[in-house]
Amino acid sequence: MNFLTEVQWSPYAVGVGIGVLSWLSFLISKKPLGTSTSYAKTSGMIERFFRGPDVGLRPYYQKIKLDIDWQWMLVMGIVFGSLLSALLSGDFSFEWVPALWLSAFGYTPILRIIIAMIGGIFLGFGSRWADGCTSGHGISGALQLAVSSWISAIAFFASGILVAQILFRLIAG
Amino acid sequence: MAENKKKTIGQQQTSWSPLAWGLVMGIVFGFLLQKGGVTKYDVILGQLLLTDFTMVKIILTAILTGMIGIYAMKSLGWVELSVKSGSWGMNGIGGLIFGVGFALLGYCPGTIAGAIGNGSLDAMVGGLAGIWIGSGLFAALYPKLRSGILKKGDFGDLTLPKLFKVNDWVVVIPAAVLIVVVLIWIEMAGL
Repeated sequence: MNFLTEVQWSPYAVGVGIGVLSWLSFLISKKPLGTSTSYAKTSGMIERFFRGPDVGLRPYYQKIKLDIDWQWMLVMGIVFGSLLSALLSGDFSFEWVPALWLSAFGYTPILRIIIAMIGGIFLGFGSRWADGCTSGHGISGALQLAVSSWISAIAFFASGILVAQILFRLIAG
Repeated sequence: MAENKKKTIGQQQTSWSPLAWGLVMGIVFGFLLQKGGVTKYDVILGQLLLTDFTMVKIILTAILTGMIGIYAMKSLGWVELSVKSGSWGMNGIGGLIFGVGFALLGYCPGTIAGAIGNGSLDAMVGGLAGIWIGSGLFAALYPKLRSGILKKGDFGDLTLPKLFKVNDWVVVIPAAVLIVVVLIWIEMAGL
């Protein structure tokens, strides 16, 4: 069982594992792996808590339903699965500023948090607009050969690569 | 009475088991993502800077494995596809907006949950709140978008085999070969 305590596995082993997991999610749960709708549900549930039940009547929340469902539990599971993996391999550590950010922008935790939050806003908004994320479109949709998913996945990486180059090679460079 | 009680418990179990399966599959998913290294900012930005191809290797291998298995099980009648409808306005523009966030945040919605699990505080404090805000903004704007831009160039729940009007395997087999060729090319380039 030594492999469980290794810090990193071959990306091919991980990819096959996720592929097999996608078979099981179709077979057992009749659902493709996906994550981003759960964040919209949580966002709606938080807003409903503070602003009252009318929030739940918004057309978008009527469409996705503000409840705890299979996918919401999947996202919760990801947190615990990653924690378990990191604890087993001794890879867990609290970190404000990732190494790559540190090398380009120095130890700037507040700047990192602000950029992460702006990034999160684009990510949340964009995943709702495109109706999926790197899991739902990039893996589950792409493996079903869905046209919507291949267009989305190509667009995710095209603009992601462009913005990363601007950030690290123009601004930081 | 006893029988009634049994029935209620049975019903509870049927409504709880999808959630329990979600949690179990999530734990496996999160474990795999962390072992793959993609719950880390450096690995994801390395992919977008084209210096570390770990993320593309994982995604392409998952697509290859998943595609063959899902289409085989579809042929056997064991599973049904669950394809998302889309349009150029929805997937093209939404995808480009997503990519900006992908690069600035350095995690995506699946991997940020994993990043929180391995202790990344930028994910937990900045990123998570951002995703909630962005999702909430979209929900507020949705009535204005749904019949306009989101419907531009609508193609419905199209798949590549349906687009080309061919048998599934006419697309699956060449797609599988293409993925293997790309992966070999990435390895030969030393990426």
